[in-house]
Amino acid sequence: MSNEIDKTRRLILQGAAVIALAGITGIRFGLTEAFAAANDKYPEEAFKQKNGDDAIKSLYGKTAEKSDKVKLDAPEIAENGAVVPIGVSSSLADVTSIAILVTENPFTLAAAYKIPAGTVASVSNRLKMAKTTNVIAVVEAGGKLYSASKEVKVTVGGCGG
Amino acid sequence: MASSIRVRATSSGDTTEVQALIQHPMDSGFVKNAKGELVPPHFIQEVTFEYGGKSVFVADWGPAVSKDPYLKFAFKGGKKGDELKISWTDNKGGTDQTTAKIQ
Repeated sequence: MSNEIDKTRRLILQGAAVIALAGITGIRFGLTEAFAAANDKYPEEAFKQKNGDDAIKSLYGKTAEKSDKVKLDAPEIAENGAVVPIGVSSSLADVTSIAILVTENPFTLAAAYKIPAGTVASVSNRLKMAKTTNVIAVVEAGGKLYSASKEVKVTVGGCGG
Repeated sequence: MASSIRVRATSSGDTTEVQALIQHPMDSGFVKNAKGELVPPHFIQEVTFEYGGKSVFVADWGPAVSKDPYLKFAFKGGKKGDELKISWTDNKGGTDQTTAKIQ
């Protein structure tokens, strides 16, 4: 896998070089490669944000509006903060990405999923929560951001040993 | 070595439902060990699912994803007997991959 990523990166670099050298003829090729790069890259910065709004902005470059078309499945009370089942789905059209944030965690962004065309806008996973917290689900659909949130009461935090 | 990834992909005609379980410590970097030393962060950053040479799902994870992560999603298409390729990379450069037959 890492080899493949390396290969793609090298390709992208080559693509950039082609633009620089060949000018207009290289632009088309360069653009598609650059787009692939944006999709492939791990959003390192977004995962370091300590505040929900900052993380969303870092990940998507815009802010989200609340929507009842984003469905967040989370327990009211989590007995074990180390393993909290969270599911996010949406009835919105053209969903391209789903992100889940846990606001009281040291780093708020927990997971971000890319949803290519043809993949159902629904994902389930298990997350760690330090303490009672709001969970925010963000769905990107048709270039816009929609969100839903829910409070999860954690009785035993996920940060203990 | 046995693969760290266990996958079940089930086709129900139109859509294929995928469930994956990966063995990984997912250390956040905030937890201390028995000696009181912080365990350095060690977690999966990216998981990719490919079908027919195209990625159908990509997960970017932070350290807040639980130990031995579980993931469920579904995609349209996918024939019984076809292969689904799954691979992950962690923050220390560790990686693993496997293929699963759609059932």
